[in-house]
Order: sequence, then C-alpha cells, then structure tokens
Amino acid sequence: MEVPILKQGHYLIASIQSALTDADLSQLREALIERVGRFRARGVIVDVTALDVMDSFAVRTLRDIAHMARLRGAETVIVGIQPEVAFAMVQLGLTLKGVSTALDLEEGLAFLDRQTQLRIERGSGRIDRG
Amino acid sequence: MADDQLIPIAADVDVVTARQRGRDLAAEAGFSSGDQTVIAAAISEIARNILMYAKRGEVALSVVTNGDRQGVVIVARDQGPGIRDVSRALEDGYSTSGGLGLGLPGARRLMDDFDVSSSVGKGTTVTMKKWRRMNA
Repeated sequence: MEVPILKQGHYLIASIQSALTDADLSQLREALIERVGRFRARGVIVDVTALDVMDSFAVRTLRDIAHMARLRGAETVIVGIQPEVAFAMVQLGLTLKGVSTALDLEEGLAFLDRQTQLRIERGSGRIDRG
Repeated sequence: MADDQLIPIAADVDVVTARQRGRDLAAEAGFSSGDQTVIAAAISEIARNILMYAKRGEVALSVVTNGDRQGVVIVARDQGPGIRDVSRALEDGYSTSGGLGLGLPGARRLMDDFDVSSSVGKGTTVTMKKWRRMNA
C-alpha cells in the first residue's frame, strides 16, 4: 500500500491510510527523502493517525525519515499518534528521541511554520536540536 | 472462539496479518482497545523476529479461560537457528541482527506471561499471554 504524499507550499504531507508492511515503510522513507530535494521542501509531516500499532520497525523508520530529512535541510514532525499507540510504544521501550511530534495535522503545520520562520530569522543556518 | 488460528509467517505482509488477527481476537474476547493495541504490538515484534532470524515460521492465536480470567495466548514457532543465550536475548538493547534489540524484551514488557524456549539449530518457540478479568 503506497502512502500518498501531498505537497502543500514548502511542506510535504505523508498521510498514512492503513496498516503498512515493513517494505511499505521503507518505500515511504525513500519517497519522502527524494521528494524533499525534488520539491525543495522545508518541512515534512507524517500523519500516523490511522496507524493502530507502532512497533520497533515503524518507529525506527520514522526516526530515520526525520534524521535523513534534516540532513537534506527539512524539518520533520510526526502527527497523530493515538493514545493506545503511545501507551504501547512506551511499554515497548520505543522513543522518538530527537524527532518532533505534534497532536494533529493542524498543530504539525503550526509547528513547522514556527520552525521555518525561526530559520529564516536566523539566516541560512540550520536548526540543530538534540 | 476456542478455534486456534494459525498464521504462517514468511513475508512482511504476514506480520501485519498476524497482528491484525491478534487484535481482532482480543477484541472478540472483550479486551480493551488499549490491550488490543498492546497485544498487536507484541505480536508484531515476535513475528518480525521470526522473519529476521528464521525466515519462516508460524504464529498461533487462541483464547483460553482460567477461572474468572480470560486470556489471549500467542505462540510463535520457528525452526530457525535458535537462540544461544535466551537470558541475554531478553536484555534490552541486545541484538544480533543490527536491530534495536527491543523485540523480545519489549514484547515481554507488554504481556503478562512470557516464555521462550529455544535450542540452537532446532528453533525457537515464544509463548506469551495477556489476561483480563471477566465481568462478574
């Protein structure tokens, strides 16, 4: 199941619609990283609202996406982690350390606006956090 | 509901099938949606372990009753290389595959009962259970 990636302004929005296999997740990672360059995106939002489980592979892939996108100059934010999913992730010992998260798409967009604005104000420098 | 479900694991799509069936079974047995998620996550980890280490195997799902408790039982079997040091494999962060090393210890934290039996060269069986008290 391919994940649709929308372009909105300077941002890419990947909206996961259903359960993903490991191969689907890897494919999403490659597609996003390639598109950050093609569309000169400043921000990436991965919406995981529809995911009913996040296991270690999913978490690792999301972390990889965020780190790779940052290396390509784009900020990533993961939105829509459901309460049960968050609970199971913590029990499993999975963290998204170094990766930004927001409650939903709206908050994610607001977050990226703040981040990219900050970057413009600071000049060309990249923002480094954790 | 006593029917055992057997899901062969040989590709990443089977991992998704196994965890979805596990979630459905837990829902049928009356587990909360939080517990359903926990069960699905644990199945995902151990089913992926089968793929990663043994290439193929199976996951069996069933529901058991014990007094006033009902449990979902998950048995993951493979005829893979086996685990040389089971207690080590249950330590956080220990991995021989380059993974996160969270599979077994993580699944153990998610479930109530957890047992691993393994013999080198013969294979591994992981049995795990999640219980809930039935309504009086």
